[in-house]
Amino acid sequence: MNMRRFCRFVLLCCAAVVLVSTASTVRAAEEILVYTALEDDQIPRYLVPFKKEHPDITVKIVRDSTGIVTAKLLAEKANPQADLIWGLAATTLLVLDHEGMLTPYAPKGIEKVAPQFKDSRKPPQWVGIDAWMTGFCVNTVESKAKNLPMPASFADLLKPVYKGHLVMPNPASSGTGFLTVSAILQLMGEQKGWDYLDKLHANMALYTHSGSKPCKQAGAGEFPIGISFGYRGIQEKGRGAPIETVFPKEGSGWDLEANGLVKKATIKPAAKVFLDWAISASAMKEYAKSYAVVTIPTGEPIPEGFPKEPLKQMIKNDLSWAAKNRARILEEWEKRYGAKSEPKK
Amino acid sequence: MADTVIQSTRLARVRSLLDSVDLNQWLMRGMILLACLWMVVVVILPLLQLLSKSLVDHDGAFVGLANFIHYFRTPALSMSLYNSLFVSVVTTAISVILGFLYAYALTRTTIPGKAVFRGIALLPLFSPTLLNGITLVYLFGKKGLITTGFFGYFEKSAGITLAADIGLYGPVGIVIAEVFYVFPQAMLILSIALSMTDARLYEASDSLRASKVRTFLTVTIPGIKYGLMSATFVSFILCFTDFGAPKVVGGNYNVLATDIYKQVIGQQNFVMGATVSVVLLIPTVIAFLLDRISQRKQVALIAAKSVPLTPKRHAVRDGVFLAYCSIIALLLMAFLATAVYASLVRVWPYDLSLSLKNYNFRNMGGGGYPAFFNSIRMAFYSSVIGTVITFAGAYLIEKSKGMFLLRQGAYFLSMLPLALPGLVIGLSYIFFFNQPTWAILGLEVRNPFNVLYGTMAILVISNIVHFYTVSFLTATTALKQLDKEFEAVSESLGVPFYQTFFRVTVPVCMPAILEIGMYYFVNSMATLSAVIFLYSADIPLASVAVANMDDAGDIAPAAAMSVLIVLTNIAARLLYGLMTRGVHQRTQAWTRPVST
Repeated sequence: MNMRRFCRFVLLCCAAVVLVSTASTVRAAEEILVYTALEDDQIPRYLVPFKKEHPDITVKIVRDSTGIVTAKLLAEKANPQADLIWGLAATTLLVLDHEGMLTPYAPKGIEKVAPQFKDSRKPPQWVGIDAWMTGFCVNTVESKAKNLPMPASFADLLKPVYKGHLVMPNPASSGTGFLTVSAILQLMGEQKGWDYLDKLHANMALYTHSGSKPCKQAGAGEFPIGISFGYRGIQEKGRGAPIETVFPKEGSGWDLEANGLVKKATIKPAAKVFLDWAISASAMKEYAKSYAVVTIPTGEPIPEGFPKEPLKQMIKNDLSWAAKNRARILEEWEKRYGAKSEPKK
Repeated sequence: MADTVIQSTRLARVRSLLDSVDLNQWLMRGMILLACLWMVVVVILPLLQLLSKSLVDHDGAFVGLANFIHYFRTPALSMSLYNSLFVSVVTTAISVILGFLYAYALTRTTIPGKAVFRGIALLPLFSPTLLNGITLVYLFGKKGLITTGFFGYFEKSAGITLAADIGLYGPVGIVIAEVFYVFPQAMLILSIALSMTDARLYEASDSLRASKVRTFLTVTIPGIKYGLMSATFVSFILCFTDFGAPKVVGGNYNVLATDIYKQVIGQQNFVMGATVSVVLLIPTVIAFLLDRISQRKQVALIAAKSVPLTPKRHAVRDGVFLAYCSIIALLLMAFLATAVYASLVRVWPYDLSLSLKNYNFRNMGGGGYPAFFNSIRMAFYSSVIGTVITFAGAYLIEKSKGMFLLRQGAYFLSMLPLALPGLVIGLSYIFFFNQPTWAILGLEVRNPFNVLYGTMAILVISNIVHFYTVSFLTATTALKQLDKEFEAVSESLGVPFYQTFFRVTVPVCMPAILEIGMYYFVNSMATLSAVIFLYSADIPLASVAVANMDDAGDIAPAAAMSVLIVLTNIAARLLYGLMTRGVHQRTQAWTRPVST
């Protein structure tokens, strides 16, 4: 009696194990792990068309700020977890490329992406999906109270009236901070660029660790003017904060949000399916609701608040120059401004 | 006939007693070895992986101390060391003094409402340090309640200007935030030290007609010397390694922890991050040596014949302490109330109407409510498993005999986690646990711990390690005040050590054990820095959600999620208190009047 029951139990267990294991192998083929630094409010919206077109693929998302995602990827270099990267700063993907962590892959429709928005090699290591650019977030209520005129350019920010009312992200901890500093150096040339930054530094209240924070602090009136990125300012306004977004007259620094395939032992077909989709018309249409510049024109109207001709607002940006000189620029920056609040020497 | 039977049974008994003593010894040794092994795997090996990073260049070539030389030659970086030391010393001084007075009031006076005061003092322990920063911004930021004089309310209504700008961003903000963070921990250690005392000493002092001051200096202070050392040491290191508060209110005032963050997150410079982490270890080694020296002189305070101390009524003293505790408690409550209020306000500071919209995390990052429930699960596992491991570890080190070196080693290993900022633990765990194989002497060896990567288990382990030392010190402080006589007596009676452990040690140390469990739960619930590198897509966490929302600019929902964390911790604390009241009364009869 007992023996028979025991046998039945063992058989059941075996069946369960077999079931579970086959189920998991089937599932593994259809499940992909995506690392991304896209905004949280964008991801669910972006993924709606993908889920409709590919109901058989489960997408697991790890979302964090650019710095943390990059650090995570680099730390996992020996044993990569992610299958692909979706919407991470192109300057960062250049770093990962340099580390040999990417596999070249040309997603379907790659020919429609303009050359300055993708890696020049064929097949490319990375492909851009949209561009984000420097914008000033100006709190109109606080500006009025403090009699601050609306700044229109980088040059305006040097006026003494703004002293102590400016915040910007620290380029050593924020991608937005870095693209702004690199844009200033590229626009003005290194010598004049550093001179400009010296003077800007004199007006700066403090440097934040994230690129969104200056805009958020402007929105809360903490500091009336934050150097941040355009999307953030426009979004803050949409949420009811008294924010106007200014795109500097000289032109904005920019970076791409880009995709890449992670180099690992087994590359899942589903990862390539995802990368194909990520530059397809249905995906681009969603990106275009957030950003003025997407890498394949969609014909969608430009979201409100952005410049009418966003491509003209973007400076001529050499991404590989920026990536190559990043360490040097940051070291110089830290040397000049890193120890701002140290006691008098 | 009868005599020989009796004799032979006696003989047998003696022999089995001898055998059992021997077996006990071996069992204990094995367990200490096991404890050491565990610490080696979860602390030393990952740390070595990190240390080796600090001695190589970016491409992995050995460069000796070049990174350290570079570090100290870069003024912006080495300035941070000075800043960290300065902030930590100030914070420690303030927190230990405040904590001591508070703990003294709770243990040695007859003020009413001790349980309430005690509960309130622990409030800051329940929240992520990011919330301390966020709350300070709501209070003292440019648009803060205090800075604007309650939005000009008093100025309008009474003509009094109460607005004051304290220049929050920088050392001022960091010190305030850190004092809030560190105070409960210092208070906790000191109150345990103060509650374990022998009334006979005070009787003796009294009958010798020693003055109050003299008694205080010759009985009270020496009695808690070890606790005082621990409190100072713990406060210093906690502040020295915290990164949440400086990140939010540090402004341009660089400290080591934010430097690591900048190096690793901002520049992905793991080598320099590892180097700064090693610089961070130096003060701990010094603290460790100081601690060892002071500890050698420590003697047990509670002998088997101890009489618990009953504080006597003293109107003036009690009045002063009641006022003091009330002020501190009010400040702590106001601090939390500000956070709750800010989380309920629609758009600070422009639309101050209240709503629950910040508690709807639907269109937000971080994972919303599932993340919140994951955190609860994680905190529960960390609490139960952590308490067992920590207390057993502390017991083995404190109460076993012989094996001096092994015990010293185990003690050092137990102290070490305190020096490890969460970011360092998180990073070294990725390096260590995610490595599929090790190259040992040219051989490829599979990493047996690789399977843990990306699981709940690694989160729990990281929490246990992250909060190990304070729990360990709490356990050790309690154990140290138990006379070794207990062990000696049970051994001579032939009672195996584990029986003494479960029948005497555990019940007597029950308050400390409960504190440890609480400590693990609330910290695991609130912690961010270690888990931010370790959480996987399946297991989003509440504290990570706070950071994500704060980063995305959603500061009010971030405050809301923090408030949920705080409320959970308070609820857990209350539940814990209710569940354990019975146990407490039964096991603490011998100290009845001391703790309520």
